[in-house]
Amino acid sequence: MLGAARRIQGAWRSESEHASPRGARFPTRAGRDATGAGTPMDHASYSDEYLRAILQRVKCFAMVGASTDWNKPSYFAMKYLQKKGYRVIPVNPKAAEAGEEILGERAYPDLKSVPGRFDMVDVFRNSAAAGPITDEAIALAPEKGIGVVWMQLGVSNPEAAARAEAAGLQVVMNRCPKIEYGRLFGELSWGGFNSGIISSKRRPVRRPVAGGNDA
Amino acid sequence: MAATPGFETRAVHAGASPDPTTGARQTPIFQTTSYVFDDVDHAASLFNLQTFGYIYSRLTNPTVAVLEERVAALEGGRGGTATASGHAAQILALFPLMEPGADFVAATKLYGGSITQFGRTFKKFDWRCTFADFDDPEAVRKAIGPKTKAVFCESLANPGGVVHDLQRIAEIAHGAGIPLIVDNTMATPYLMQPIAHGADLVVHSTTKFLSGHGHAVGGMVVDSGKFDWTKSGKFPTLSEPEPAYHGLKFAETFGDLAFTVHGHAVGLRDLGACQSPMNAFLTLAGIETLALRMDRHCANALAVAQFLEKHPAVSWVSYAGLPSSKYAALAKRYLPKGAGAVFTFGVKGGYEAGVRLVESVQLLSHLANIGDTRSLVIHPASTTHRQLTPEQLKAAGAGPDVVRISVGIETVADIIADLDQALAKSVKKAA
Repeated sequence: MLGAARRIQGAWRSESEHASPRGARFPTRAGRDATGAGTPMDHASYSDEYLRAILQRVKCFAMVGASTDWNKPSYFAMKYLQKKGYRVIPVNPKAAEAGEEILGERAYPDLKSVPGRFDMVDVFRNSAAAGPITDEAIALAPEKGIGVVWMQLGVSNPEAAARAEAAGLQVVMNRCPKIEYGRLFGELSWGGFNSGIISSKRRPVRRPVAGGNDA
Repeated sequence: MAATPGFETRAVHAGASPDPTTGARQTPIFQTTSYVFDDVDHAASLFNLQTFGYIYSRLTNPTVAVLEERVAALEGGRGGTATASGHAAQILALFPLMEPGADFVAATKLYGGSITQFGRTFKKFDWRCTFADFDDPEAVRKAIGPKTKAVFCESLANPGGVVHDLQRIAEIAHGAGIPLIVDNTMATPYLMQPIAHGADLVVHSTTKFLSGHGHAVGGMVVDSGKFDWTKSGKFPTLSEPEPAYHGLKFAETFGDLAFTVHGHAVGLRDLGACQSPMNAFLTLAGIETLALRMDRHCANALAVAQFLEKHPAVSWVSYAGLPSSKYAALAKRYLPKGAGAVFTFGVKGGYEAGVRLVESVQLLSHLANIGDTRSLVIHPASTTHRQLTPEQLKAAGAGPDVVRISVGIETVADIIADLDQALAKSVKKAA
């Protein structure tokens, strides 16, 4: 399924192609677009608009804890999101040391080793590890264009989230971008799940090939 | 629109946006067994549960999925699994929890078919059911043992206007590290949402008020997404590696989606009790008017109950909406919009009078169903509950003089007039 489009994306593109221009599309304060300037983010309950805006703005992100094992959640979350048109760069020290690729993308030992710019850091590690990873993301944000720290389902670190938000980053905790993408753009409903979405609007027809954003 | 749209809005819209291909506003009936794969890798991802999509209609179907999301949205659940019938829903709800030699605790006051399924048929799987009087929450606590995997009751018990203290029972179940399963068929989510009171799983016979017109058999399991299947070690099916999916752990991989993913990927795959798209379509159409129908069902039921309570040929009426009911306080607390439309009453003259009553009605239908637009009546001791022993009949509230009525949405004066003439006949012949 990693067809021509994906292989082309697998080659390094110029910085400006795979990341949003910093500052141009991300709000400067956390949650401004969803909750109004100055309102603290409610991490217990994100609005659909907040999550949808992040998923629509982000084009390229680093996945810290991406696995080489095809049957691990991080592997198939990466695979799913690649097929929705995201560029996902795996951060996995063991895989990086072995010079391995995951789903056609070279693995890097840490965020600072990832060349070029990327919009988001997806933390597929435990809640304690999310602290130093968030700090690394904050430190690299100006250079790399990082606008979002997204902690996976089951991962939560409110102190790190507060530091990231103070630095002007947006934060999502205890959510899976694959599940949220599926929920917000119609696919989670196929499995009988309560998406919470009510709409009288017709959705675009799914494009059947990889590489396109078929939301 | 509010962050969580209102009940009536969800009843009409949840799960159903216009068809992407055609713009069809009503949910299409996807009368297909299977779905093409984009390529081998897409197929592999689907079979490995690594992406969202359809494989085969025994597992998932687009029309059935709309019903699943609709009912889950109405119950405040995370997801749902539609089944061929309410009985199938009970098997699907228990299947991930149970194992040979394990038991669950169920209320004595249940639909008679459930008592038989739990007490007899499940023995073939070596699933054991301990029945307890749920009017006494302490009796529930005492019935829970080391191999108990769940607690099961009905929100509004069939046949007799019985309401349990769900919050207390949920606390007892959770104290033992096990989930509470509530059959919400008789109340429907319009009158009560068990998850809001602590239930972890909700089951339905959608055949009844949800489809609402006596035209489609079906069932549903709704998962709240709130129970932690990994905490106690009692639920290895969900917490331990599943060999048929390359060692995948459902709870770890799918989080609060785990129960519903398992319900389709293993439950429906291997037990096969899926709902048909046609029945899902009919049930969806029924649910659109659920709130309107339930209001009228409840208003008519209260009027009929008040009429019967004063009738000389009636010895007692068990309707939780009457002040005389021992469940009146619980009904007020748990069912503020109405106490449902199904209840029992006793005819003077016992078994024979009951038989004559159901044979004398002209507008009411004598049949084994509830939750139809039509008023229905049955004599449980001679029909739905006839598999039970005399002791079980009494415990289930289905003794020889008991008549069960499911009050429809016809003109209430016509329902009352028909009961009046039939009661007159039951008394005359008994004398």
